[in-house]
This record gives sequence, structure tokens and C-alpha cells, in this order.
Amino acid sequence: MDSQITLRVDGAAHPLAVDTRTTLLDALRERLRITSPKKGCDHGQCGACTVLLDGRRVNSCLVLAVTVGDAEVTTSDGLAVDDVPHALHRSFVEHDAFQCGYCTPGQVCSAAGILAEARAGWPSAVTPDVAADTVELTDDEIRERMSGNLCRCAAYANIVPAVADVARAEGVRR
Amino acid sequence: MREFRYERAADPAAAVALLAAAPDGAFLGGGTNLVDLMKLGVATPDVLVDVRELTSREVADLPDGGLRIGAGVPNADLAADRRVRERFPVLAQALLAGASGQLRNRATTGGNLLQRTRCGYFTDVTKPCNKRSPGSGCGALEGVHRNHAILGQTIAGSDDPATCVTTHPSDMAVAMVALDAVVRVLGPDGEREIPIAELHRLPGSDPSRDTTLRHGELVTAIDVPALGMPSRYRKVRDRASFAFALVSVAAALDVRDGVVRDVRLALGGVAHKPWRASAAEYVLRGMPATEASFAAAVESELEAATPLRDNAFKVPMARNVVVRTLLDLAGRDTERELA
Repeated sequence: MDSQITLRVDGAAHPLAVDTRTTLLDALRERLRITSPKKGCDHGQCGACTVLLDGRRVNSCLVLAVTVGDAEVTTSDGLAVDDVPHALHRSFVEHDAFQCGYCTPGQVCSAAGILAEARAGWPSAVTPDVAADTVELTDDEIRERMSGNLCRCAAYANIVPAVADVARAEGVRR
Repeated sequence: MREFRYERAADPAAAVALLAAAPDGAFLGGGTNLVDLMKLGVATPDVLVDVRELTSREVADLPDGGLRIGAGVPNADLAADRRVRERFPVLAQALLAGASGQLRNRATTGGNLLQRTRCGYFTDVTKPCNKRSPGSGCGALEGVHRNHAILGQTIAGSDDPATCVTTHPSDMAVAMVALDAVVRVLGPDGEREIPIAELHRLPGSDPSRDTTLRHGELVTAIDVPALGMPSRYRKVRDRASFAFALVSVAAALDVRDGVVRDVRLALGGVAHKPWRASAAEYVLRGMPATEASFAAAVESELEAATPLRDNAFKVPMARNVVVRTLLDLAGRDTERELA
């Protein structure tokens, strides 16, 4: 059954008719040809499809497009402003934080999410005191918070410092 | 995926009315479990009634120091709530031990309670499963069941329609059970309150039902009463992160003058529902807060365990996780006591 929706993606509005079964990921890739979010497992386990929905990271493969409403979708592409790469894009390149690159847009969106969560003082499973006022994105914190993003090339050893550098620049890491 | 009609409602009562008129319909919260099950062909609703933004997304103070958590509060927001972190660390820790950051951002409090088992036979439509396809049998009983239940299963042979040996997957619900939470629901016949220990059920003779909710009943909020003692959640799993529990424990402990005045214990990963360890609690009240007491208490609970061929390791694991967690809460040093 079709439903008429408008998706707001990376600053542009896209009206389209979708079958109610269409996920946000498939709407972006197959209908709008916005292909930076990738389809990996399609079950919310790998994180390759991660986008920001009103600034919060989500698995776009588990979000039905008809439920998105007026929320702003930001993909890894959209993190770049006026074709200038985001600090996370530059850091991933500088640290060689990928091999094949398939998981990278999801990793970058997830990293943008954890920076915002850390700025808001959100604890994680490895935070010693969940009631602490502030959190610091130590290597352990980054690994835990990025655990929803798999990299089958196993570039983790470079992804952690790539995120750490930006965390330091943003004041959530010493 | 089966075709479905997508509905939004003006308010919770309208949503309940829509679902009451759709016997094969389902409420949609965050969708992190339901949408996945629909892709797998395990869930086949013909109508989805979207309630994610319909129930409250607020966490409100109750007069006694407890909290009323709207069913629509995302798991991430609940774990980050300062009152939860300060008053109910066991709840914040349980939430943070579950899923991934992306999933916690989307998953709701009500939906978390109602998520389905991750048993591989349940999620594979080509396999027998009494929960998914009543009467088809249980593939897990003699199949892959290393991470299945050790308590309260129905074991009556692989072909028996009652057999079910799976576990409830939620971490949050284990903490909620230890906290004596009350689930508020709205149904076609009005509102009712369900003590959370009575929400989830054992498989009994009908493994298809996870909970005591009736069709069309909508979880609107969860009330968590004041606790007044230290609490924590500990989870053992195969990976360091983003994996379901082998065994987990939600515990709270009140020790005065070296004696256990009050205790709450619930176990995850061991049964078809979050397992309130009432026998252990009973044994422990009034006993000295020592490793020997803690071990004796949890052993009395685990006497009822009926492990399967490949998951007997969970019995000593549960014992050790409970003892270690209670020692932590009592401020005791295991190694010094063992020396």
C-alpha cells in the first residue's frame, strides 16, 4: 500500500510515494539515489546504514520511511558543509581508518552521534559512575559507544584514534 | 514482508480502538525489533498503529521519590536521565548494557518490555518453534541451546506443543523487575495496572504468549517506586559489547550493622521471563552480609535449575555473578574474604 511522504535529507525536501514496507534506508538509496548510507546486514546489527535523525544516530534499515515525518535526516554526505569535509571525514582519512570503506559513512555518522552524546554527559556501559556529571571519551568509551558499527576489514585500531582526535578538539577528551 | 496498512491515531484511546478492530494488527513503537521480525516473516501484521509519539516521552517525578516513565521514552533518554542515574543506577546500567547506541536512540521503554526472544529457531521461519508457530515443536530443546533457559522451561519433548526453552532478551526488564515496577496499560476496557512480575510469563502450556497483555492493550507508562538502597546491574556475555546476556543480575542491597535488612535480586538470560529470585531474597533477609550468606542464598534459588545439554555452565555462572554483585554492593572485598 502506497503512502505519500516528504523526506527531508541533508537540507533538501524530497516528496515521494512509498510502499509502507519501505525502510528509510531503501527510500534513500533506491528512490532518492542517496547512497552514502550502506546496506550491510539489513537487521540493525552492523551499523553501515547509520544516519542522524534530528541529530540522533539510528539504524536507517529498521526505520520505516512512513514513520519519519518532518524529522531531518542527515547522512555522512550531509555532514560536509559547502563541499568542505567534516572534521570526522578528515580525521578518518588522516588516520587511514578504513580499508574497503563500505562501513565508513555509518562509522562517521555514529561518531558524530557519540560526540553529541558525550557533550550532553550521557554515560555508557563502561562509565565507572553513571551519575557523573561529565564523561570523557577515553579509548574504552569510544570502543563501547561505537560497538554498533562493525568493520569487517577490522580497521578499529585506526577508527578509535580517528574519533579520539576529534573528541579532543571538541573538548570531550583530554 | 507482508503488506500492511500504516495508521496514526489522534490519541492513545484512538490507537487502542484501531488495534481492537484489527485482530492481526500490531502497535509500532521504535520498531527496532518488530520491523526486523517483519522482514524475517516472523511477524506478519496487516495493520501497524504507530504509537511511538503517542504515549508520553516524559519521565515525571512521583510523590514518593519514584518515577513515572512514559512508554515512548527512548531507551537512550531514560539511561541518560539524571534522576535514573542517581536514584536507580541499576536501571541506567541495565539500559546501557543492552543493544547499541543507535538502537537505544530509537527503541522505546514500552517496546523494550515487549521485545521477542532472539532464539534462532523463533527467528527462522523454516524451523519448528512453538512460540512462532504453535504446535510445530521446539528445535532448541535438542538443537542449539547454549544460550537458552535454565529455569522455568517447559520440557516435554521436541515435538510436544508446550515445549519452550528460550529466554527473555531484555536487560531493562530485569532491572524493572528488581525495582518492583508497575506497568500501566490502556485497553479496550479501560486502564489497568500490572505489577511487572505479572507481565511476563513462563511458557507453561502456551509458549506463544510472552506476556499477560491482551490484544489491543497499550503500555502507556511504567511506574518505578522509590528504592532507597544501593543498586547495580551486572551482565556476562560472549562479547564485550552489543550481545545478549548469558547471565545478568539486577540487585539492590540494604545492609545495616553487617546484617542484610533488605535485598532485591532478579536474573536475566536464565528464563522465559526476567527471573525474580524470591527464594534467595527470603533466605538472605536477616543474614550477615557475607560471601557465605550470599552464596547460600543464590544456591537455594538455583536448586530449581533444570539446565539443558549445553547450558549447564549458566548455573555456576549465575551463582558467581550474584555473589560478586552482592559483595560489590555490600562494599566487601572478595579476595580479602577468601584469603
